[in-house]
Amino acid sequence: MATLQPAQAPLGADASISAASVPRADFRSRHAALVRITHWIFALCFFALLVTGIEILISHPRFYWGETGNDLTKPWLQIPIPSSRNLVPTGYGYVLPDENGWSRALHFEAAWVVVFTGLLYAIFGFFAGHFRKNLLPTGSDLSWRSFSAAIGNHLRFRRPPQHEAWSYNVLQRLAYLFVIFILFPLIVWTGLAMSPTFTAAFPSSAILLGGKQTARTIHFLASIALVLFLVVHILMIALAGFWRRTRAMITGRVHPAGSPMERP
Amino acid sequence: MTDTSRRKLILGGLAVAAGAAGLDVAARLAEKYGLIPPDHGGIYGPGETLNYAFQRVFARHALAREFPPSMISPRPFPNEIAPPSDAFKRLQAGGFADWRLTIDGLVDRPAAFSLDQLRSFPRNSQITEVSCEEGWSYVAQWTGVRLSHVLNLAGVRPRARYVVYFSIEPDWWDSIDIDEAMHPQTFLTYGMNDNDLPVGNGGPLRMRVPRQLGYKSVKFITHLTVTDDIKGFGKGLGSAAPEGGYAWYAGV
Repeated sequence: MATLQPAQAPLGADASISAASVPRADFRSRHAALVRITHWIFALCFFALLVTGIEILISHPRFYWGETGNDLTKPWLQIPIPSSRNLVPTGYGYVLPDENGWSRALHFEAAWVVVFTGLLYAIFGFFAGHFRKNLLPTGSDLSWRSFSAAIGNHLRFRRPPQHEAWSYNVLQRLAYLFVIFILFPLIVWTGLAMSPTFTAAFPSSAILLGGKQTARTIHFLASIALVLFLVVHILMIALAGFWRRTRAMITGRVHPAGSPMERP
Repeated sequence: MTDTSRRKLILGGLAVAAGAAGLDVAARLAEKYGLIPPDHGGIYGPGETLNYAFQRVFARHALAREFPPSMISPRPFPNEIAPPSDAFKRLQAGGFADWRLTIDGLVDRPAAFSLDQLRSFPRNSQITEVSCEEGWSYVAQWTGVRLSHVLNLAGVRPRARYVVYFSIEPDWWDSIDIDEAMHPQTFLTYGMNDNDLPVGNGGPLRMRVPRQLGYKSVKFITHLTVTDDIKGFGKGLGSAAPEGGYAWYAGV
């Protein structure tokens, strides 16, 4: 230090000195700001869509295939719950209160937010390399050995190795890709295919699926798949260190295991 | 303050100002092109407005899907209705001979039509689906006269923006914008599947708005009013539905 003349000090000297004194991890962002912001918007909207979706489901807890279906036709699936409508043959002797008004309004409003946020996320994902770098499995990921190792680790509920705090394993990558590129477009499409005016403008949106009731049934099944994803997602975060991973998704920073910052 | 943070601050301020100005221009344009629904207020207002504006931009003239006769539901589901009022029962006892549809408001020739008069007007049929907001649906053949035909007979004035329609049953009314009212599939319906329209499905006269959810197809219609100001009806939200928490625009 004594040999360094103040006049020769580079502009970033202060930063490089302090960087040496704290773990390097603090200066690398685990998740890009856009990923963190859109993640929490999605989380909030998913909660709203799930609650209101259940409320709407309660007014007709029956599912059909094809174009039409109602209380006079045989359902493919009847959820064994009471209904908020009198005429639905549920077998229960009572009718739940009708919450469809605000539920529908919030469902559509949250859906708009999800669609706009999803577009932003997709643009970022494609152009900033997020999908390619972070989500597309690498060549070695797709080998049988790597697959079986990842599945084995999951089945044994093994805490993931430290390097996984900085990237996704192959099962994670495939699960995220499935949600982003299959379930998300499917649930938006089947939602729109239930709309009488949207299907007037774009009839094939319903015809390709096999009808409006098929669209509604797939919408329901896709929501079940998303709930299953959420359960596994939270379970895995708990396994990897709930607060550490949650903090990484809020601040973008990863604190090494064993550091004082690890525990809340 | 460093140069960088000052530049960021100025750019940020400009972006916010541009955003606010953009929103203001968007709101004015939306109002001009009729993209704002009457129930645009409140926390769900933005969602309702997006639903309505999107469909008015992409589907203003789109036709509701029509189906082949083979897809007509064998049992058209009559949804639950309140017990008929005494006024309805009196008219029913007379075979609906005294049923009248009155039209007033922003029209040149206010009128009252009997069911026989309505049946004498050009007769149209459509095989379309009733989709309830609850999730169920059925397909039926609906026969009636186009609402546009009746409105043209009465002579709608140019500044008309909404058609408000009332059931004989109390507190049951709704409205549609003039585009939906003039749409070729919006019918005053008196027949279903080659018979008279059953009471359970809205007979003797039901408004049929096939591009919107079932609750816009109000049953037992006796009165139409053409208006340019929806604020004067009920709580000013466009229909009885928003007063109960449901969207005015149900084309979703």
